[in-house]
Amino acid sequence: MTQGVDINLKTAPSGTLGKGSTTPSAAVNAPDYALPALPTIDAQLLVKEQRSLWGDAWRQFRKHKLAMAGLALFIFMLLATFIGSPLYPQEIDEIDFSVSGTSVSWEHPFGTDSLGRDMLARMLWGGRISLAVGIVAALVAILLGTAIGATSGFFGGLTDTLLMRLTDLFISLPQVPLLLVISFLYKQAFYDFFQRRTGSGVTGIFVLIVLVIGLLNWMPTSRLVRASFLATKQKEFVEAAEAMGSSRASQMFRHILPNVMSPIIVAATLGVGAAIITESALSFLGLGFPSDIPTWGSMLYEAKDRFEIAPHEAIFPGTMIFLTVLSINYIGDGLRDALDPRKTQ
Amino acid sequence: MGRYLIRRAIISIITLIAISMVVYSILALAPGDPLSGFANNPNVPPELRERIRKTMGLDDPIHVQYLRWASAYVQGDWLQSYSAKIPVRDYVMARLPTTLAISGSAFLLSILVAVPIGVLSAIKQYSLFDQAATTFAFLGFSIPTFFSGILLILVFSVYFGWLPFVYDSEVSGFLPNLKQSIMPITVLGLAGAAQLMRFVRASMLETISQDYVRTARAKGLREQSVVVLHAMRNALIPVVTVLALQVPEIFGGAIITEQIFRIPGIGRALIDGIYSKEVPVVMAITFGIAVLVVLFNVIADILYAVLDPRIRYS
Repeated sequence: MTQGVDINLKTAPSGTLGKGSTTPSAAVNAPDYALPALPTIDAQLLVKEQRSLWGDAWRQFRKHKLAMAGLALFIFMLLATFIGSPLYPQEIDEIDFSVSGTSVSWEHPFGTDSLGRDMLARMLWGGRISLAVGIVAALVAILLGTAIGATSGFFGGLTDTLLMRLTDLFISLPQVPLLLVISFLYKQAFYDFFQRRTGSGVTGIFVLIVLVIGLLNWMPTSRLVRASFLATKQKEFVEAAEAMGSSRASQMFRHILPNVMSPIIVAATLGVGAAIITESALSFLGLGFPSDIPTWGSMLYEAKDRFEIAPHEAIFPGTMIFLTVLSINYIGDGLRDALDPRKTQ
Repeated sequence: MGRYLIRRAIISIITLIAISMVVYSILALAPGDPLSGFANNPNVPPELRERIRKTMGLDDPIHVQYLRWASAYVQGDWLQSYSAKIPVRDYVMARLPTTLAISGSAFLLSILVAVPIGVLSAIKQYSLFDQAATTFAFLGFSIPTFFSGILLILVFSVYFGWLPFVYDSEVSGFLPNLKQSIMPITVLGLAGAAQLMRFVRASMLETISQDYVRTARAKGLREQSVVVLHAMRNALIPVVTVLALQVPEIFGGAIITEQIFRIPGIGRALIDGIYSKEVPVVMAITFGIAVLVVLFNVIADILYAVLDPRIRYS
């Protein structure tokens, strides 16, 4: 099966093949999200200047000023924490009681904590963990949700029934209490295990937190993907692909999945923000990373009994969490608009 | 409807049994053996330890232990809290009023803020008001409650010194109670309002473009009655069901907010229970929340059918 045939078949239902060459926006309105992934001769013949979904999405995204501001801020956060932290001269664990809890100064731009450690250094260093937890946990949730939702929607029947019962069960679980209980009870075991195996116990806590957040948050994605799969499965281009002998795996991954990507991407983006808040909340309650590992949440945990003397210890890490999550939410909002073909003009 | 309810009830009970098994296994299989750790804890008086050993049957295989715990739970015996030295049921029930007062008020506040703003926002889509409300919503659900709580404490307790930031359950009188409750209620209420407002707005936007709303306008009804009687009544149906789904959160208490303001509620009891490995307390609260979640799921579905005559379960 050549890919060129796919394009013709998939574009055909929109009835705008001819128009597509004159008004490029029509190509976007066609239910063919997969076009960019399959660059072939046909596409070049039909459209003078090929406009891919991603190109259009990006054009649309750029118009959303707050989303662009969010993206800029988020990229800045990533650069500052992942590149800035190694470059920043101050150490995260250099204790100096003579400057304990001092506020903003030239020496310590964001002040120091109760042990006189430089706040900015700790925030940059810990920001990497907070951001990494958010991104990886959201990925775990999305991959799990997509796999379960896709299997359920594609195969139907008993598989579908069983997987949806599983989804229902997970949705009914008391998630917040479980999150706290599991983190608390299993933290030491994960720490010890990874300490023995890799020499880095903190990695164990990272893995535990990411897994717990992922395992308790895949259900909305699974329902979403299942619904999209059920709707897309009925479309003519899938029927055509099947008629031409494409395998089930090919139908699933090449024909259906690309068409249900948009809501998954939006959910994944918003999931990153939610996971960052969850990790911070865990650490804030003393159930996440230990306090010698400065994530934004554990810094707040340390600061919470020192409001009167050193408010900056709470304000700076809290603001970082807030700004990061805000930027992610605006990116998600921009993506939602940009990836919705109905809104693309 | 009757048959539907019976089927739902059966599914709910099966779900709850499955949940209790999951929760019990997580506790029982945890390293450090928290279940027997409870019985070996030196703070536990010997006669209680005997009772726990017997009730939990700690030397039995796990499924026997589980069945024993489950039958005791169903019969209302939630074991004993060893720090409070009273039955867990009394311990939890004693904390319920505080949690209900705080979380319930916050729930009401979020409805009172979100519904009018959400509706107005939808009617005047893209107006300055809509933009301001949308910005407020984005700020609201991007700021974690542990940070907004801290900010309020810094401003109103530390800087101005107007409000106490440690909740004192011994305080009596309306005004002192209001003063110590106002910050937690605001934190929770506004966080809830931000989410709910987006939902109300989306639902209202969808309704307002329906044909019957255009018809109502076309036949010359006043704008007010078009919006309130025709659009809003229908737009609020999904909102009511979403609210029903949030009710268990009121009982569960806001774990983080209760922690920040040191409110002695259910959420704090759970955290304290986790820290001190009081398995009966953790089990009772966790499973209690699970029961409420499942129950209100059914209630939300029934409400939906009651409010929307187009929906019929069979």
